[in-house]
Amino acid sequence: MRAVIEVDKLKKVFQSIVAVDGISFEVKEGEIFGFLGPNGAGKSTTIKILCTLLRPTSGRALLAGFDVVREPDTVRRSIGIVFQENSLDDRLTAAENLYLHGLLYGLPRRLLKQRMEEVLEMVDLAARQKDLVRNFSGGMRRRLEIARGLLHHPRILFLDEPTIGLDPQTRKAIWEYIHGLRREKNITIFMTTHYMEEAENCDRIAIIDHGRIQALDTPANLKQRLGGDVLIVTPADGADLAPLIAARYGLEPQPVEEGLRLQVADGAAFILQLAADFRGRIKSISLRRPTLDDVFLSLTGRAIREEKVSAADRMHLSPRGHLRRRH
Amino acid sequence: MEAALRAIYTVWYRETLRLLREKTRLIGMIGQPLLYLLVVGQGISAAMGFRGVPAEIPLNYVQFMYPGVLAMSVLFTSVFSGISIIWDREFGFLKEVLVAPVPRWATALGKVLGGSTVAMAQACILLCLAPIARVPLDLLMVLKLLGILLLISLALTSFGVAIASHMQTMEGFQMIMNFLVMPLFFLSGAMFPLHSAPPWMAFLMRLDPLTYGVDALRGVIYAGADPRVTAFLVRYDLVTNLSVLLLVTAALVALGTWSFSRQD
Repeated sequence: MRAVIEVDKLKKVFQSIVAVDGISFEVKEGEIFGFLGPNGAGKSTTIKILCTLLRPTSGRALLAGFDVVREPDTVRRSIGIVFQENSLDDRLTAAENLYLHGLLYGLPRRLLKQRMEEVLEMVDLAARQKDLVRNFSGGMRRRLEIARGLLHHPRILFLDEPTIGLDPQTRKAIWEYIHGLRREKNITIFMTTHYMEEAENCDRIAIIDHGRIQALDTPANLKQRLGGDVLIVTPADGADLAPLIAARYGLEPQPVEEGLRLQVADGAAFILQLAADFRGRIKSISLRRPTLDDVFLSLTGRAIREEKVSAADRMHLSPRGHLRRRH
Repeated sequence: MEAALRAIYTVWYRETLRLLREKTRLIGMIGQPLLYLLVVGQGISAAMGFRGVPAEIPLNYVQFMYPGVLAMSVLFTSVFSGISIIWDREFGFLKEVLVAPVPRWATALGKVLGGSTVAMAQACILLCLAPIARVPLDLLMVLKLLGILLLISLALTSFGVAIASHMQTMEGFQMIMNFLVMPLFFLSGAMFPLHSAPPWMAFLMRLDPLTYGVDALRGVIYAGADPRVTAFLVRYDLVTNLSVLLLVTAALVALGTWSFSRQD
């Protein structure tokens, strides 16, 4: 199958900061492709380049076969975008927001009306279409934005942190829509996220850090590649077990919030040995299968923690928070 | 070109839709000019009379001020509308327009036309209030006034868009108000006549493009009045005023759309 997104040695430098450092990848038609990484990893910069909002310093990107630098208008017609921040006019109704979008993309009036009904139905907002967006919940707004992004039947839908700030239930609902979309329209979805559970929904994930792709594979393969089990060892108070464990088993314990994180081939057998060797110096040991978080940790030496990222997001958002429109 | 027209229309339409949605906003918008006309105008006129005017000329301060208040309301609304493009960019709508397959200059132009529409709606309400200021108007005069006000409003909305293109947040807003918008207003001859101002101020007033707008408005309103009134109130002939206005408007529209299309 032909790739619908082709990125070749893409690079973006802001003054002296290298935001995207020569990344290359391809996304196939109908694929749900995720960019996973902490804030500042280069996710948003990449998405902006692909959406023609930023010019790359060097390298090339083709969307649906069109060059983002040379044919921005054709690229724009082929894509739909759901931004990280709200981009609806909350003083207008849901239907009006969609209508304006249709006008911008030059949809003939009758077709536009028909498409509006179609997308509103899809995101379950048909009954609320005459309501002002300011009265909508976060989840409803997001759904409306997804609906709007689809109105002109793009081949690729970009979702920049589509479920940020939403409760788990809404998050789940939005994912159901996304999967439904792919099933029904064979639309390609390119998304960024820093939620691990969310990345599990993707067909393939690129783990990005410091502007580089550290790994690119299916979630299952990424986890499998890591191999074995993950143990979290909580030492008894005051015990510094890291150097001892490192010396005795030749492992590299990584300090995590709960204690030490170990990666071993056979977790069940290792627990017994560990408990015998460090009797009395261990408070608890837990065993689990590797998650994407573990994959990320092993690739970058750092964890993506939701709470850290959301704190950073709050800082990022708060200076604008007080800017309310006056009337 | 078709895409450009689409963008202009969409952005303008959105602005108009919001205006119709929030009728209270229209009423709110005329509060300030009304305050100037009724309170400031009456107050000044009661306290000091209108000293600049020769004794035998029948003219009171409120009549003098009325065209200035028209210009003022258009000035504030236009500049605000132009600058509000920052809100659009930060909080939404514009983000969506900027990734649509339409040129940026057209987006800016749509915003300028939308802002001018709002300012003109406000101007129409104020024109209905002319009898309160005892300014007699006929239909032809109203049309001429609207034409002049439209030019002023296009120029100043573009000016607002140009400013907004160089501002990242609303933090510089107070600065802009105090150092650009208020001086434009005070030096325009809206509140006091050009010819009684001290030379240094008269010099600055001649530099203020709004001076020519206000002068043109007075020229239209007092065209049929006592020649002494006209001579006292109107400084330049209509052709001069309109030429300056047209030039300034063209320059500012160009500047606004250009500034907006070259920002990242």
